[in-house]
Amino acid sequence: MTTLSEEPRAFRLSMLIYDTRYRSMTIQIVALMGFLAVLAWLVNNTVENLAIAGKDFNFKFLSSRAGYDINQVLIQYTNDSTHGRATVIGILNTLLVAALGCVLATVVGAFVGILRLSKNWLISRMMAVYVEAFRNVPVLLWIIAFFAVLTELTPAPNAFRGDSPSASMFLWDTMAVTNRGTYFPEPLFSRSLGNIDFTYFMISIDLLAILAVLFASGWISARIKKHADAVQNATGVRPATFLQRLGISILPIVALMFILGLHLGKPELRGFNFQGGVHVLNSMIALCLALALYTGAFIAEIVRAGILAISKGQSEAAAALGLRPGRIMNLVILPQALRVIIPPLISQYLNLTKNSSLAIAVGYMDIKGTIGGITMNQTGRELESMLLMMFIYLVISLLISLAMNIYNSTVALKER
Amino acid sequence: MSNLSYVRTEILPEQPAPAGEVGVVGWLRHNLFSGVYNSVLTFVSLAVIIFLGYEILPWFTNSTWNASSLSECREIADGACFAVINERFNQLMFGFYPNDLYWRPVLAFVLLLVALAPVLIDTVPKKFLLFTLVYPAIMYLLIWGGSIWGPVVALAGLGLGVAVFVYADKLAGTLAAIIAAVVAMLLWWLYAVVPVSDLLINNVDIGFQKVRSDQLGGFMLSIIIGLTGIALSFPIGIILALGRQSDMPIVKVMCVGFIEFIRGVPLITLLFTASLLLGYFLPKGTTFDIVLRVMIMVTLFASAYMAEVIRGGLAALPRGQYEAADALGLNYWQAQRQIIMPQALKISIPGIVSTFIGLFKDTTLVSIIGLLDPIGLSTSIRANQAWNGIIWELYGFIALIFFIFCFSMSRYSMYLERKLKTGH
Repeated sequence: MTTLSEEPRAFRLSMLIYDTRYRSMTIQIVALMGFLAVLAWLVNNTVENLAIAGKDFNFKFLSSRAGYDINQVLIQYTNDSTHGRATVIGILNTLLVAALGCVLATVVGAFVGILRLSKNWLISRMMAVYVEAFRNVPVLLWIIAFFAVLTELTPAPNAFRGDSPSASMFLWDTMAVTNRGTYFPEPLFSRSLGNIDFTYFMISIDLLAILAVLFASGWISARIKKHADAVQNATGVRPATFLQRLGISILPIVALMFILGLHLGKPELRGFNFQGGVHVLNSMIALCLALALYTGAFIAEIVRAGILAISKGQSEAAAALGLRPGRIMNLVILPQALRVIIPPLISQYLNLTKNSSLAIAVGYMDIKGTIGGITMNQTGRELESMLLMMFIYLVISLLISLAMNIYNSTVALKER
Repeated sequence: MSNLSYVRTEILPEQPAPAGEVGVVGWLRHNLFSGVYNSVLTFVSLAVIIFLGYEILPWFTNSTWNASSLSECREIADGACFAVINERFNQLMFGFYPNDLYWRPVLAFVLLLVALAPVLIDTVPKKFLLFTLVYPAIMYLLIWGGSIWGPVVALAGLGLGVAVFVYADKLAGTLAAIIAAVVAMLLWWLYAVVPVSDLLINNVDIGFQKVRSDQLGGFMLSIIIGLTGIALSFPIGIILALGRQSDMPIVKVMCVGFIEFIRGVPLITLLFTASLLLGYFLPKGTTFDIVLRVMIMVTLFASAYMAEVIRGGLAALPRGQYEAADALGLNYWQAQRQIIMPQALKISIPGIVSTFIGLFKDTTLVSIIGLLDPIGLSTSIRANQAWNGIIWELYGFIALIFFIFCFSMSRYSMYLERKLKTGH
């Protein structure tokens, strides 16, 4: 009688390659050794090259004086501040342009994506032209072209001067578009509460108060909705809450604005330039607009695909239940479409944030402009600066994908 | 049966459809004026189109094609000044490539079409694939020039690899043969190429006039970088995707680390690494061409994205396909080649092509590290006294060329998807 059990054979070296039990181990060890060898080679080269160049590897330069000015700062900064602080300014500028761009791109994308599905032939074709025009042309070209238009085709501040100026301000003389940037009216408080000084940065108490009031009204409004839902579930009749919620959302913030004495500070032409108001750099407008319109075209396609992915039966079933078209969209289509839309949307946000590093092409001082630009050139520490910059981008990317993944898990299908 | 007068006994002749439902009028009613809201939308968009046409058309009709500066253009007509494209066309296409050698890149791109034909169109005989394999060496020779022996000897390494594989396959089995072939090729390329080609150059010097990398520019440079990136990132992406899906933890961690690192940083930082930091990472005194460095970085960047796209395709494949391949007794590589990859790649075609398009568009970023691609050239043209202040004509032209390339790529992917569609 034969048995199927094999004789345990002696281990031979060739079994490392030919025996599937050992092969994967062999491949992994070889790969790991190769990887470590390459890494060691690179590190060794770096150490040798640094020694030859007479440089060391440390980040002490971050605490020395920067000595250069930055044209847009969100927290206090002078050229006496440190390189570290300049880096923080750069990070904040990157985050600002990325956040504005993401919001704008989402609005544009959702709008265009829905219009592309319109039954109106003309509208859907026009939106298709927009999407294809922006998707198939490099974003760098858009950024540079927008910047060129903003700096070369807009009037200089002195064109606003005189009795019959060749340029005029917009929106009842509150907004000025010039080749040095756009000036918006700025909200000022005549009875301001001052700032809290955290030594490293300052926070306006007014802003904190506004946020607190907004948060409180939002919370109360959510409570009213929850109560209405409970009543509806218990009795089947939904109490009218619209006016209550509208009131609770608007009245407190209006009252606060009144208490703080809100008024608008208009930009005015004094000397050679506009003074007062919020000065937004042309580079930032060009960057924001180009990134938003470029990414918006991609988001439009994502939104369109997401809505098309929901089978027609869903909207027909909803219509059969007697829901109105608006409610079908809000209650049936969108919640399902969001599940399809959000994962690619996250990667578009990430792309936008990474593309914001193209700011260097128009001179906007983001991370690349501060730590990866002037700081690097001044201190001559390419290695440290580049590594730090890559690390910052990695952290930002990971944080964005983490945040969006958390949001994604809240809308994802709850399977049991 | 009485003949009741209120029941019709014969069928009425067919009536034509109402005039409002067919033809132009019907189309208009259905697509443009199907309700109040739609009609308003139509009128608004018509107004926008008419306004744009009214503003833009005179600009086109009053354009100037022959002038030597923007101010001269403005004197001739007040429309577009396309003279800049007319004057700088060669520069935008070839950069500072020597004028009398333009035939070389042109020939290279004509041959490129021949090399691409067997890959893109399946009615072309597969024998032409051999030419596709040789093409990189031809392209290198035509663009950069120099002696023909370098590329020929480098290509011979490929032949050597095949020969070693065929010979060792009989002796020691497939896996050992692959390893032997790879080792033989690497040894050849690392140690034999330079001495052998030097020897040949010293004895029989056949070749073209050399062109330096900093003379390359314009769309030629974009296409060279984009093409290399596309050709190399695809296989590397497949390997990375397989590594990420693999059961081997160390390989998997390495692949995930690489992919996530590359995807987490902007391409610009990688390009700056290539131009500034590579001197630190490589042994002292190693210098190699900036265009080559950029190509490597763009390839690495695109392959990480490619890996994620292909991983999506692999993940979308039903588990049963893997199990069926196992049940047929196929080994890993056979299963990948015959069962898994053809399906996974088909699923990921849109993603793959959009990665290619993204890569081609991203080649413009090289202008930031000082290479003279179309955007870098546009900056220098606009800095020139004669063309200072020109915006739309120049950028519009560059955008148009990029649009043509990218749009045709996306249309090709749609064609491919339709062709390979097997579902119902």
